[in-house]
Amino acid sequence: MKAAPFRYERPRNLDEALEMLQDEDAKPLAGGQSLVPMMAMRLARPSVLVDLSAIAELDGIERRDGGLVTGAMTRQRTLERRAGVIEELPLVAAALPYVGHREIRNRGTVGGSIAHADPAAELGLVAATLRATIVAQGPDGTRDIPADHFVSGPFQTALAAGELLTAVRWPLAQPEDRFAFAEVARRHGDFALCGAAVHLHGREPRSVRGGLLGVGPAPVVHEAQVSDAEGIAELAEQIASGLEPSSDMHATAGYRRRLARVLLERCMRAAWSGAGG
Amino acid sequence: MTVSAALPAERLRRYVGAAAERVEDAALLVGRGRFMDDLDPFPGTLEAAIVRSPHPHARITSFDAGRALEVPGVRFVVGPEQTATLRPFPLSFRAPMPYRPAATDRVRYVGEPVAVVVASSRHLAEDAAERVNVGYEPLEAVVEVRDAMSADAPRLHDEAESNVATDRTFTFGDVDAAFAAADRVVEGEFSFPRYSSTPIETYGVIAYWDNDGTGERVTAYSNFHGPFAMQPVIAGALGLTSSRVRLIVPEDIGGSFGIKSGIYAYVALIALASRHAGAPVRWIEDRIEHLLASSAGNDREMRWAAAVDRDARVRALRVELIDNVGAYLRPPEPATLYRCFGNLTGAYAIESVALRSRAVVTNKAPTGLNRGFGGQQLYFGLERLMDKVAAACELDPAEFRRRNLIPSEDFPYSTPTGGLYDSGDYQAVLDLALERAGYAELCRRRDAGRSEGRLRGVGIVTIVDPSGTNLGYVTLATPPEQRVRGRDKSGSTEHVRVAVDASGEVTVMLGTTPQGQGHRTVARQVVADRLGLSPEQVHAVAEMDTATTPWTVSSGSYSSRFAPLTTSAIAAAAERVATTVRAAAAVMLDADPDELELAEGMVRVAADRERAVQFRHAAGLIHWDPGSLGGEARLYADAAFTPPQSRHPTANDQINSSLCYGFVAEVVAVEIDPKTLELRVQAVTSVHDCGTILNPLLLNGQLAGSIAHGLGGATLEELRYSADGQMIAGSFMDYLCPTAAELGFELTLDHVVTPSPNTPLGAKGAGEGSTMSLPVALANAVTDALRHLGVEIDRLPVHGSVLHELLGGREKRGDRPNDQKGP
Ligand SMILES: Cc1cc2nc3c(=O)[nH]c(=O)nc-3n(C[C@H](O)[C@H](O)[C@H](O)COP(=O)(O)OP(=O)(O)OC[C@H]3O[C@@H](n4cnc5c(N)ncnc54)[C@H](O)[C@@H]3O)c2cc1C
Repeated sequence: MKAAPFRYERPRNLDEALEMLQDEDAKPLAGGQSLVPMMAMRLARPSVLVDLSAIAELDGIERRDGGLVTGAMTRQRTLERRAGVIEELPLVAAALPYVGHREIRNRGTVGGSIAHADPAAELGLVAATLRATIVAQGPDGTRDIPADHFVSGPFQTALAAGELLTAVRWPLAQPEDRFAFAEVARRHGDFALCGAAVHLHGREPRSVRGGLLGVGPAPVVHEAQVSDAEGIAELAEQIASGLEPSSDMHATAGYRRRLARVLLERCMRAAWSGAGG
Repeated sequence: MTVSAALPAERLRRYVGAAAERVEDAALLVGRGRFMDDLDPFPGTLEAAIVRSPHPHARITSFDAGRALEVPGVRFVVGPEQTATLRPFPLSFRAPMPYRPAATDRVRYVGEPVAVVVASSRHLAEDAAERVNVGYEPLEAVVEVRDAMSADAPRLHDEAESNVATDRTFTFGDVDAAFAAADRVVEGEFSFPRYSSTPIETYGVIAYWDNDGTGERVTAYSNFHGPFAMQPVIAGALGLTSSRVRLIVPEDIGGSFGIKSGIYAYVALIALASRHAGAPVRWIEDRIEHLLASSAGNDREMRWAAAVDRDARVRALRVELIDNVGAYLRPPEPATLYRCFGNLTGAYAIESVALRSRAVVTNKAPTGLNRGFGGQQLYFGLERLMDKVAAACELDPAEFRRRNLIPSEDFPYSTPTGGLYDSGDYQAVLDLALERAGYAELCRRRDAGRSEGRLRGVGIVTIVDPSGTNLGYVTLATPPEQRVRGRDKSGSTEHVRVAVDASGEVTVMLGTTPQGQGHRTVARQVVADRLGLSPEQVHAVAEMDTATTPWTVSSGSYSSRFAPLTTSAIAAAAERVATTVRAAAAVMLDADPDELELAEGMVRVAADRERAVQFRHAAGLIHWDPGSLGGEARLYADAAFTPPQSRHPTANDQINSSLCYGFVAEVVAVEIDPKTLELRVQAVTSVHDCGTILNPLLLNGQLAGSIAHGLGGATLEELRYSADGQMIAGSFMDYLCPTAAELGFELTLDHVVTPSPNTPLGAKGAGEGSTMSLPVALANAVTDALRHLGVEIDRLPVHGSVLHELLGGREKRGDRPNDQKGP
């Protein structure tokens, strides 16, 4: 479990980093919580490792244009501990404690998690559910990618070769919005077998966006109208029965489908009752 | 803590029984432990990386290390050609299944060593390992014993007639008559999974093969912990006489729980690498190697039947055990089948038993010792069966067990298989466990919850916890008619040396290779009491060196043997020192040695305490003025504790497989979320009788740890293989050990003390009991929660997904009780 040989670079600004990343065997290094173990197992073998930690432009959280913009290198724990995050982004605040363990979140970054695109990652799910915007930058400039179109498969994203995720723009919660998050993992801190995120918004009939992780190659998000609590179970059932999760030693496909239905229903009910429904 | 039997009144014994803090901790807490990777005993040591088989079963068709040798810094690559020069390890019994530390012409499990690359750094060694070119012709693999036993199964060892490595039957008592007369017969089929202990420190070896002018020799450091029966086994493989193989074990081992006994094969392999590299070689196993190919408890398939009489008493058992030992019969396997032979009938007054024991080779990694060795598998069958009998008799499982437990007046108790249970009061332990658990209230809450759609269950087990293994049980794998007279095996001897220096400070030298248990702490307590000193005046050294430490084949740390065996030897050696010191003081005080007592740092006339000399002055006399003693001035006292109860098996295959037999009664309460089927342990109550308690702090630490480990095996940890032989729990992403977050349940520990008559201190071992009891206690609890839905837990691990499938994969709304309710 020793990494294959690689060169290490620590650029001071974004332009320098993008330049270095033109080498097709180069890889950006964020918090290293996923990349470093993969390198140790020689599953990832970049020839150049471009450490993003000294690039000031990628760090920091700010409120801008009715949203919260988190730089790619924002540590997961920094966002979790931000004063006011519960009001600004209640769903993110609810999901973050489920991302690994505190020690992992101290180093793991918001951008790293989303760019890594593990099918069971909470942040990717929440970003897709909330319709956050991924900001990407490459040699040809900057572009916005809707988070629910960002992940194309396990560990696959819309980022082009040599392009970096530079920030995530999250829409701030509105007063009538309600949220809920729940997941089931075999142990505390493990990648979940299944997780659900719900965003209930608008007035009667309310719109509900329900997202699921762990049941497909990428987050699965559905949007529907619900007019009463009765419809919730129906909707959860309908969404779950259309899923095609895979089986592994921790959960069969059938169990994952069961969890999807139960967790989605629980979250929708919790959000609904929180909205006074 | 409740102590129901009084300790022998020993007015001067102050430290044994006290919750002395661990002397080991200070160094560990400040990072001053000395583990394998901290050692650098030989200048110029090179590093090794091992090339392992990616195939579960394949013929090696070619081997080419040429490209690896081109990597700068690479010294040598050991391949099949060199490995073939080693003799196969001697096995536990004669079987045509040769086992070497690496493959020569065929690989039989994923992770089997094929080559060793020796280079100036581990990074370079791993770079070069990727360039070793091994040609394989894949063969069909077989991973489960039922498949491996079928006539057309791929054969692992061509010279063997089948994959069944051993198949023995035993009958004790008139089993057929008992079954014929039975009021009812209750049967069950159970299977126990393969899991490990994943010690924090992995395997490590530093070996140096050189020639000291008088001949070839090997000096090897490793975190091996015995039994040192493996020392001659290593020497045999290397083709050296045993005095030319020196094994050294550092003072600190970062956990093992039995797993590191399997390291000896790597000691031979790295010694071979050193021989060819012409330099000392270090190999530190990484976690992936550890999970793939170190060792694990074996998986077992079993069938049990009980003959039950009208009074719901079990009179006889029929037992069939089939162990999956992996690709080779790595010694001491098939010991898992026999370690609990004497206590096969558990805690019950069962008169007769028939047993068929088989060990089968498959394309999985070899198995071996794992905390609770053999007991977790055994009791999973026995205690699930007992619950089934209780249910069939419509009796509460506690009441049913009470009827069947061996009565306290029957001790010492002879079991049908040859066990001699030394002491116990099983009823008292069970009663205390039920009381401390609030059993009646747990049952009431379970029933009340059920009517609200909640799934709660309560599980009970009562088990006998053997300690101080009698190595003679390994002989059982050889049928009596094939045993060579005069070559019988028995024993559980342990050696200890105690010394007094010129300032009167005392040193205890242990060859017990502790792995975190706190042997040094307890050794100090025992010696301090015997010599009337404070523990601060006693130093304990736990470094094993086969060239200097007194040892025998049974030396080491396994089978919970420190408390019963080593402390006995320590006490005996300390008594010998006390005799010499008394003789010296007698000269100084002009008294009769028999009048003297050792207490409070003094040697004094018991009846006239003012007539006293300091211990250190009496000890000083032995060093500085031995002439005045008029006898032997002995400053080093060795003692070996050799219990007469540990005999080799009889001609009719009975054996007292352990010296001591403790007892555990455990109650586990669980709740299952009816919707997500998540399983939560609510409370565990564990009451033990391990005889005299030497140190309650250490004891309760052992119990808590073994409960955590048992819970891991029951619900999380599993070394699972795919049907085609790939290990699919190859990292800590998939091999799930319990963490603090999974252990948040209420834990109640308590004790009953019936001292062992077989050990001078009355102590028995206790570090493994709950790893044997907790898995089945949990299975009984989950079964209790789900029986009304037609589910019984007869295999492990159990968790949400398993329950979902056992419930028929039903997942639609309305299928489950309470499914309509909110969160
Ligand atoms: C024990 C453990 C448990 C964990 N449990 C969970 C969990 O439950 N849920 C969960 O979601 N995660 C979990 N993780 C993963 C953790 O959240 C990681 O931090 C995260 O997946 C990756 O973030 P990072 O900053 O460490 O990225 P790195 O590991 O540094 O990088 C990950 C990948 O993303 C790429 N990358 C990083 N930054 C960028 C960027 N700005 N632009 C483009 N590409 C980039 C890298 O090149 C690499 O391929 C766990 C990790 C561990 C070790």
